[in-house]
Amino acid sequence: MIIADKKPIEEIISGISGYKKILLLGCNECVTVCEAGGKKEVEVLASALRMHFIKEGKECHIDERTLERQCDHEYLEEIRDVVDQYDAILSLACGVGVQFAAEKYHSTPLLPGVNTVCLGANEQRGMWTERCQACGNCVLAETGGICPISRCAKRVLNGPCGGSSNGKCEINKDLDCAWQLIIDRLRDLGKLDDYEKLAPIKDWSTDRAGGPRTVVREDVQV
Amino acid sequence: MRLKCPTTFRIIRLPCTGKIDVIHLMRAFEKGADGAFVVGCMEGDCHFNTGNFRARKRVAQVAKILDEIGVGGERVKMFNLSSGEGPLFAEYSIEMDKKIRELGPSPIGTALRKKASAA
Repeated sequence: MIIADKKPIEEIISGISGYKKILLLGCNECVTVCEAGGKKEVEVLASALRMHFIKEGKECHIDERTLERQCDHEYLEEIRDVVDQYDAILSLACGVGVQFAAEKYHSTPLLPGVNTVCLGANEQRGMWTERCQACGNCVLAETGGICPISRCAKRVLNGPCGGSSNGKCEINKDLDCAWQLIIDRLRDLGKLDDYEKLAPIKDWSTDRAGGPRTVVREDVQV
Repeated sequence: MRLKCPTTFRIIRLPCTGKIDVIHLMRAFEKGADGAFVVGCMEGDCHFNTGNFRARKRVAQVAKILDEIGVGGERVKMFNLSSGEGPLFAEYSIEMDKKIRELGPSPIGTALRKKASAA
């Protein structure tokens, strides 16, 4: 899922100052699971902002709403009839949701309430770690199911590099060397011969190097 | 036991402090409460294993938010005692009452009262 982290309240307050009526818009998907922008976080942030404005003696009305998703037309349409009532929308969705809402409601300022961090997994309670960089050309079949693009600091395709020491990466002693993990897993799978195969030069045109990406599936279009 | 404790607070009963969510404490402050204290079982003695540990984390989250918005994180605190420790409950309530009196009224409560009297 997409992992996001809360923005500092000070930053949010400075972003919304000047607006008199704000819609705080949460998202029921990834940001709910990573506890950054779901219904609960919307309630808590709205309460904190209301208290801030009461304390400062400023008038600012804050409404709360959480949509099923902010990256789909059908759910974003649910606020069309009320959006004009607001001076701004503070969205706690990931960067995708914020942008999609901004495109749809062109005349309403859209502000992000979270920092979108990565595509990751819920490794343990309160800890999310990166697993994918959406390079658009998956190599996991060759690397024992461990991604050298997202988990190796250098994105090395024929690793490990000289910075791997005792299974850890040179950039951080707590960070596993992705290639150590790959070799260990290939060994466990009895596929260590795969490690000897040289990975060809990767086609990075499917990554960000090729600009913003689009997936078109004519078979599901109506 | 007929213990003496301040009359300045009201008790809200919960099945377990693990039931407390951040928003419950936030709403108390939003309505103008000067302070809130959460009293849970002794650490390690929770019937649900981790209820009071969860509560402690949530109280800490509220304290952080209250500090960030200038209300004061010291206004919320967690205490631990066993259900048989009535005298300790009274002691903690006196401690909290004293602490809140030192801090003075919450700026939210003051602003709300000012707004109500102006209306």
